[in-house]
Amino acid sequence: MGAIRIIAGRELRSYFATPLAYVFIVIFLAMMGVFSFYLGGFYERGQADLTPFFNFHPWLYLFLVPAIAMRLWAEERKSGSIELLMTLPVTMWQAVLGKFLAAWLFIAVALTLTFPIWLTVNYLGDPDNGVIVAAYLGSLLMAGGFLAIGACISAANRNQVVAFIVTVVICFLFMLAGFPLVLNFFSGWLPATVLHAISGLSFLTHFNSLSKGVLDIRDLLFFLLVIAAWLYANVIVLTLRKAD
Amino acid sequence: MIRAEGLSKNYGPLRAVDGISFSVRPGEVLGFLGPNGAGKTTTMRMLAGFVPASAGYAEICGFRIDSQPLEAKRLLGYLPEGAPSYGEMAPGEFLQFIGRIRGLSGVALKKRIDEVSARLQLGPVLKQPIETLSKGFRRRVGLAQTILHDPPVLILDEPTDGLDPNQKHEVRELINAMAAKKIIVISTHILEEVDAVCTRAIIIARGRIVADETPETLIHRSRYHNAVTIRLAHTADLAAVTDELRRLAEVDHTEVDEHEYSVTAFPKSGAALLTVIGDLAGARRWPMENLRLEAGRLDEVFRSITTPEAA
Repeated sequence: MGAIRIIAGRELRSYFATPLAYVFIVIFLAMMGVFSFYLGGFYERGQADLTPFFNFHPWLYLFLVPAIAMRLWAEERKSGSIELLMTLPVTMWQAVLGKFLAAWLFIAVALTLTFPIWLTVNYLGDPDNGVIVAAYLGSLLMAGGFLAIGACISAANRNQVVAFIVTVVICFLFMLAGFPLVLNFFSGWLPATVLHAISGLSFLTHFNSLSKGVLDIRDLLFFLLVIAAWLYANVIVLTLRKAD
Repeated sequence: MIRAEGLSKNYGPLRAVDGISFSVRPGEVLGFLGPNGAGKTTTMRMLAGFVPASAGYAEICGFRIDSQPLEAKRLLGYLPEGAPSYGEMAPGEFLQFIGRIRGLSGVALKKRIDEVSARLQLGPVLKQPIETLSKGFRRRVGLAQTILHDPPVLILDEPTDGLDPNQKHEVRELINAMAAKKIIVISTHILEEVDAVCTRAIIIARGRIVADETPETLIHRSRYHNAVTIRLAHTADLAAVTDELRRLAEVDHTEVDEHEYSVTAFPKSGAALLTVIGDLAGARRWPMENLRLEAGRLDEVFRSITTPEAA
C-alpha cells in the first residue's frame, strides 16, 4: 500500500506542477456549466433536480478523460522514466494502481468542484439529495471506467495523440454498446446471447440507472469490474512491452 | 555478488545479446566496454530487471532478478542510459520520491538527501525543475538517485556521458571512493574511464564477450606494448635514424610517422628496447625532442578485438 500511495502522490503533484491540472479543471467546469444551462435547459425545465447536469457527463468524459489518460504511460515511455520506475522495488500492480488512482482522484477533485450547482438546486427548490449523491457516485465510477481504458491504451503506445484517439473510439463503443449504432453492426452475424452480452457492457445504460438514483449493486459492480479488467490488461501490456 | 549466466536477448530474428556469463565480487569495478550497438545497454537492462532475458538469468546478491525482483531491486542502484527522471520535478522532490519508494523516511531520508546532494554538488539547483537543468546537472541528479539508499550494488550505464572534464573527474572520484565496499558495473565507450576507475574490463562485440581481464593485461595485448618512440627535431635525418634502429638486433620492425617526425621501434618478443635505444641515441647525439616507452594503446586493442576485419 505504501508504494501505491507514494507513486500516486508523485503523479498527482506532477499534474499541478504543469498547467495541465488548471486547464483541465477550468474547461471541465466551464463545459459542465454550458451543457447543463444551455443544452440541458436547467432553469427552463422548472424542476429541482440535476438530471440535465448528469445527462451530459458521459459525453464530456468521452473527450476529457482520454486527455488525462493519454499521458499516463505514453509520457513515461517517451521520457524514459519508465525504465527508472520499473527498476525501483515496486511491483507492476503498485505502479499501475498508483498512477490510475492519482488520475482518478484528480477527476474526483474536478467533479467535487461542481458543487455550486448542487447548492444552486438546493437553494431554488427541494431536490432529492439521495439521488444526487447516487448520481455523483455513478459519474465518478464511469469516469474510472473511461480512465482505465485510457491507461491501458496509453501503456501500449509512446505517442500520446494516437493514445488519445484510440481511447476516444474505444470509450465511444463502450458507451453506446447497448444502442442500435453499435448493436446493428454485430446483429447480422452474432448469436442473440452474445448480442445481449455486448449490450450489457453499455456504460450509458448502467450510468442512466445510477443517475436516476437507483443504487443497484450490479451497476456498481459493473463499473468496478470494467476498471479491474482494463487495469489487468494494463499490467499485461506493460509486462510484455515495457522496454519497447 | 552479481552473476550473469548465459544472458541472451533476442529482438525478433536479431540476437542482441548472445550468452553472456560473468560474475562480479565486492570491491570490483567492472567496466563494460563495446562499440555502440554491441549490446551493452541491453545487458545492463537485463541485469537491472527492466528487460526480461530471452535465455539465461541474472542474480543480484543471490536474488534472481526474474523470480525475486523486489529483493534484487532493493539492493540495486541503477542509472539507466541517459539518466531519465521526471522533468517537472525539482531534484529535491525527486530524491524525496525515490527515497520514500526505497523505504527511507523522516530524518534519515533528509540526512541522506543532504549527504548525496553535497557529494554531487546539487545544492544550488535543488529547487529548480529538472527539465530546466543542464545536461551535467541532470546526469548528477540521476547519479544521486542511484546512491541515495547506499546500495551494495551499483549498475551505471554511461555515468559520465555529457559531463565536462571537471565533472567527469568528480564522478570518477566518487566511484573510486565507493569502490572498496561495493560491487560496481559501469558501461562506457570512453576508454580512459577504464584506466581511471575499473579493476576489470569486459569487452563485448556483437552480443558476445570478446575479452574479460584487468585493464593492465588488456593494454599488454597492444602491439605498442614495450615499443619505443623517438620524436626527433627537424634538424635530424629521420631516414638515417630509422635505418640505424632497424639494424639493432632487438628490433623487430619500425614505423615512421612523417607528420610527427617520429619513429617507433617494435621489440622482438621479450626484448627490452629502452636502454639499448637510449644508449645508441646518446652515442650518436641524435637531436631528440622526446623519447618514450609505450605502455600500449587501449584504443588500438579495443579496435583490434571489436572489429572482425582487424582481428
